[in-house]
Amino acid sequence: MSRIRFLVNGAPAEVEVPGMRRLLDVLREDLGLTGTKEGCGEGECGACSVLLDGQVVDACLVPMSQVDGRIVRTVEGLALAARERGELDALQEAFLELGAAQCGICTPGMLMAARAYLDAGGGPDHGSIREGIAGNLCRCTGYQKIVEAIATVAAGEMA
Amino acid sequence: MPAEPPIEVPSRLSEAYALLAAGPIVPIAGGTDIMVRITGELGPLPERMLDLSRLDALEGVALELGTLVLGARTTYTEIRRSALCREHLPALVGAAATVGAVQIQNRGTLGGNIATASPAGDTLPVLLATDAEIVVGSHRGERIVPAVAFFPAYRRTALAPDELILRVRIPLLTGREVRFRKVGTRRAQAISKVVMAVSWRSHGKTAGWSDVRVALGSVAATPIRAAGAEAVLEGARPTPETADAAAEALAAELRPIDDVRSTAEYRRVVSARILHRIVRDAGSW
Ligand SMILES: Cc1cc2nc3c(=O)[nH]c(=O)nc-3n(C[C@H](O)[C@H](O)[C@H](O)COP(=O)(O)OP(=O)(O)OC[C@H]3O[C@@H](n4cnc5c(N)ncnc54)[C@H](O)[C@@H]3O)c2cc1C
Ligand code: FES
Ligand code: FES
Repeated sequence: MSRIRFLVNGAPAEVEVPGMRRLLDVLREDLGLTGTKEGCGEGECGACSVLLDGQVVDACLVPMSQVDGRIVRTVEGLALAARERGELDALQEAFLELGAAQCGICTPGMLMAARAYLDAGGGPDHGSIREGIAGNLCRCTGYQKIVEAIATVAAGEMA
Repeated sequence: MPAEPPIEVPSRLSEAYALLAAGPIVPIAGGTDIMVRITGELGPLPERMLDLSRLDALEGVALELGTLVLGARTTYTEIRRSALCREHLPALVGAAATVGAVQIQNRGTLGGNIATASPAGDTLPVLLATDAEIVVGSHRGERIVPAVAFFPAYRRTALAPDELILRVRIPLLTGREVRFRKVGTRRAQAISKVVMAVSWRSHGKTAGWSDVRVALGSVAATPIRAAGAEAVLEGARPTPETADAAAEALAAELRPIDDVRSTAEYRRVVSARILHRIVRDAGSW
């Protein structure tokens, strides 16, 4: 067991877990942050996407030993700043408005990949957006509405 | 929840070497291969893990006397963003850009790609085509293994069980061109059906090529060099006749297999066509 301290959505967290426990399991089981989903458990689907020091990663592939002292952001933290104003993150707003979520399983991961894409300066060009979310599978929407929602935010129309 | 073997997190190379010497212990860098194997229960469960993430000696990209040096823990994202890689070895940047998707590129490392030794490892043909050297280390000291001697058999490497990959050294030759192509099922998150890197030195319009290397992945049990195609191209100029002969030689020497991703015939035909196209582009005809 190791004592691991890190920041989740701006708040300090401390867990006593095996160093090989997946970040995904700590978020869902130890911290009760069930917004992050498990799809495949092997890096293929992106449902477990979170930001680790600002970079999008699959939480199912990250051992906790590599999270010590680092900054994690999950879908619960996406609207943190906005929520104080009683609002959603611009991306969440756009996904709602433009029908980019259906069953919702892919949505938290999709939002985090999109957030990373926008934070890295990504623009509204559909090809680049598709590259940015290529690690996130969606079985419902056919992607078009997701791409449009991200493009809308990238273009500043909903920001 | 998947199995959670105990994990050691050394911050000094000497500690890591001591843990490896006491073995058995399995290194983990970005985890994009080994976490999948543990979760999917593929193969024996490691008894103990060795986290490489605190070993600074495995980090960084540098230029040392005409040699590009990449730490084993360099990620695909770091390769894509590295000004040195973009300037001196765009083919490696191109290969990194085809690996998985962003999530995998942010975590997956060059050292992990080499140690996994998959015949489909996308950076491996680039390493073979550029005469890269793999620097490995253990409590006995460091040694250098040429990339071409690093992959003796299917998913096997030249590493001893107590050795780590420390860095990769790629000599930069004047006048050398390197090309990279990958064919997969789709653009992202696809394992290669054929992956190829070709390099040569040109010495002006009328002189023939020298130092030709043709390296491929996904067409044999290991990443390979294609000696027949290289022999045709060595000393030749990139003419239509050269392209035809090289493509023919390549098709004749490859012995790919049928598997879930593709057929042997498809791989042979596509490999030949990729090489033909690379020669044609080089000759601008
Ligand atoms: C969804 C998905 C898509 C992928 N797509 C591609 C692709 O398109 N192309 C491709 O080539 N690969 C692909 N991969 C495979 C993988 O991402 C790469 O092989 C990656 O480079 C592995 O690096 P890592 O640091 O994550 O390795 P890890 O999982 O940390 O380690 C892999 C192996 O290497 C050993 N190891 C790691 N570092 C060292 C070291 N320094 N010294 C000694 N041993 C070491 C480990 O013990 C382990 O056996 C994909 C994987 C996933 C999950
Ligand atoms: S659950 Fe992590 S990528 Fe699918
Ligand atoms: S909305 Fe159902 S998987 Fe994307």
